[in-house]
Amino acid sequence: MITGSEALLRALIDEGVDTIFGYPGGQAIPIYDSLYDYRDKLRHILVRHEQGATHAAQGYARVSGKVGVTLVTSGPGATNTITGIADAMIDSTPIVVIAGQVPSPLLGTDAFQEIDVIGITQPITKWAYQIRKPEEIAWAVSRAFYIASTGRPGPVVLDFAKDAQVGMVDYQYKKVDYIRSYQPEPDIKPERIRDAAALINAAQKPFCLVGQGVILGEAEEEMKAFLQKNDIPAGCTTLGLSALPSDFPLNKGMLGMHGNVGPNRKTNECDVLIAVGMRFDDRVTGDLATYAKQAKIIHLDIDNSEIGKNVPVDVKVLGDAKQTLPMITSLLEKRKRPEWNAEFDPDAAEEYTKVIEKELYPTSGYLKMGEVIRQVSEATDNDAVLVTDVGQNQMMAVRYFKHKQTRSVVTSGGLGTMGFGLPAAIGAKVGAPERTVCFFTGDGGLQMTLQELGTIMQEKLDVKIILLNNNFLGMVRQWQELFFHKRYSATEMENPDFVQIAKAYGIASREVQRRDELADAIREMVSHKGPYLLVADVEEEGTVYPMTPAGATVTTILMGDE
Amino acid sequence: MEDRSMTTKKLYTVIIFSENTVGLLNQITIIFTRRQLNIETLSVSPSALPGIHKFTITTFADEDMIDKVVKQIDKRVDILKAYYNTDEDLVFQEIALYKLSTELFIKMGTVEELIRKYNARILEMNETCVVLEKSGHYEETQALFRELSETIGVLQFIRSGRVAITKSRVERLSDMLAEMERKLERRRNGNPING
Ligand SMILES: Cc1ncc(C[n+]2csc(CCOP(=O)(O)OP(=O)(O)O)c2C)c(N)n1
Repeated sequence: MITGSEALLRALIDEGVDTIFGYPGGQAIPIYDSLYDYRDKLRHILVRHEQGATHAAQGYARVSGKVGVTLVTSGPGATNTITGIADAMIDSTPIVVIAGQVPSPLLGTDAFQEIDVIGITQPITKWAYQIRKPEEIAWAVSRAFYIASTGRPGPVVLDFAKDAQVGMVDYQYKKVDYIRSYQPEPDIKPERIRDAAALINAAQKPFCLVGQGVILGEAEEEMKAFLQKNDIPAGCTTLGLSALPSDFPLNKGMLGMHGNVGPNRKTNECDVLIAVGMRFDDRVTGDLATYAKQAKIIHLDIDNSEIGKNVPVDVKVLGDAKQTLPMITSLLEKRKRPEWNAEFDPDAAEEYTKVIEKELYPTSGYLKMGEVIRQVSEATDNDAVLVTDVGQNQMMAVRYFKHKQTRSVVTSGGLGTMGFGLPAAIGAKVGAPERTVCFFTGDGGLQMTLQELGTIMQEKLDVKIILLNNNFLGMVRQWQELFFHKRYSATEMENPDFVQIAKAYGIASREVQRRDELADAIREMVSHKGPYLLVADVEEEGTVYPMTPAGATVTTILMGDE
Repeated sequence: MEDRSMTTKKLYTVIIFSENTVGLLNQITIIFTRRQLNIETLSVSPSALPGIHKFTITTFADEDMIDKVVKQIDKRVDILKAYYNTDEDLVFQEIALYKLSTELFIKMGTVEELIRKYNARILEMNETCVVLEKSGHYEETQALFRELSETIGVLQFIRSGRVAITKSRVERLSDMLAEMERKLERRRNGNPING
């Protein structure tokens, strides 16, 4: 017989866990006590705030494809994880959050640090379960991992009552890989495969939208083969970035509000639109009433509730893209579509002269975000893991950082969580220790979870932090500039000396203001062994272009020359 | 409050089969709440199959909305099957109880006639009160309520949520369970499986 706490750890180990991001407290002390005996098998990374533990677990999951694990105490420990859980839910990230809970006889009594974790997290989890008896642990943990990692992945919460932690149990691992009420891999309808292939074969101008589902389903190669066989150009959603290498010839760039001009325009010019593992978010579609009305739409997704949710679909291909894509590919004609593919070129050229060139290769004025990002990308051989925060830094980074391999972008898409980046970068580095991790952030977002510099210090994590400092909540300022007559309400920031802050944490740091210092500073950062904070003082009132204003037609694209 | 245009909205009956686990009602209702759909009636009970619960929920919605809501419900891990129907596809009933003053009830004189007309029955009668029971569709139980209210007055009135059975020959739950069974069978090549 072992304690419930030990059973929990054994169950985690049996699920293949070797890393936990967490923070202890009263109702989790027995678990932490057991952890002391399992230090050699389970690496515990002590964050500085529980929100950081969830984002770190997300970053870990996103780069490694494994389930990220968070361990926290009850009450405020649990409520601090909410933002990360919500973020994982909307971005389909597999994490398991284990929260201590007051002993079950005290449940419902407003006991010290009791909070209704299940009630709070039900809307933002795939599954939330309260463990009240030690006998439930083996089942609940295995079920949690099964649910989090299968089908459309997502967060699971286990609310672990203290009496179950200290109670004794005869632990035996039992893998859960079947739940009667849960079908993670829906059956594939062969007629839908045929319909999809027929539409594509008959198409003159097919266009493909590549979403994160391709990465989550490990269908990158299947995706490429599909595109190549029929010579179909593609655009990636923000979360779909790195499913295709940046220089893959059929990869025409990013979709969405700050995406590339070609993919957005061609959405409304193609005759068949093939969406793979993406959910037609409003930041991708703009005004739905005018979105791709001319096109027949094929939607491949593993989540039945996504198909037809925002955009009416002509051919619904429910299933795992790793299976459905090659099934369709096998029915596709080998085609070359040079003219259609060439139609993206003028758009790319226009975007280059109106936006990209100025952003990436400026010769005068203050530093631009884009040039910093481009240079860091190049200095890391265009093969680093990109982590971003939220705002202008994020949109610039996803636009200009380049990728060679999959799972190279970690960003908060659906929730747009400022403060996500620093802890996510920690998780990314732990999840992919052999890769360089470059984290771009703004002065606002960095300060939302700044305390995680302590985690970086303690764990000696080699994360390259690039602060694109504009002394503004830049993205909000941009909206105020463009749509609110430059009334900069509450967006100016008086900032601390970030280099001094980094130094206080023992993190190497340097600030650059001048263009002629930039390359050297980046070189110093990249060659430095260990974490580094590069503070790039960028132009204060820079603007992310192109931009499709919220709710506008996807082809309404501002490029700063209006 | 705004008049939620009843023109495109219809009354739908959502039928949900779930595992018998704690907290499922909450999971279901938040899906309605998030889309500002009002639940008109709700009834929950064990189904004919051991361990499986059945929820019957009615709500006014347009088809597009109800379709999305049902898919969201169906997606929840512990939900076995969710689907929606309109009245044409269903046999359905509600049950209503009416508490009346015994004195006024007797004085009314037309008691037998009333009971026959509405196909109601007397469940309880004592010195102070009479309890009538009537099952039927909403309009029918409501009609009796109206008539009683206008004549002798109703001391207490309660109507249950709708219970419904589909007319169709397809038994979605048993078909789905059979399908799951078949799948499980196919997968049972030595792997230990428990759920
Ligand atoms: C937690 C949270 N609060 C508020 C916002 C709204 N918001 C989106 S972008 C942004 C500005 C971000 O400023 P900064 O971090 O300095 O980055 P920049 O846009 O300047 O690159 C704000 C406030 C958000 N996305 N998340």
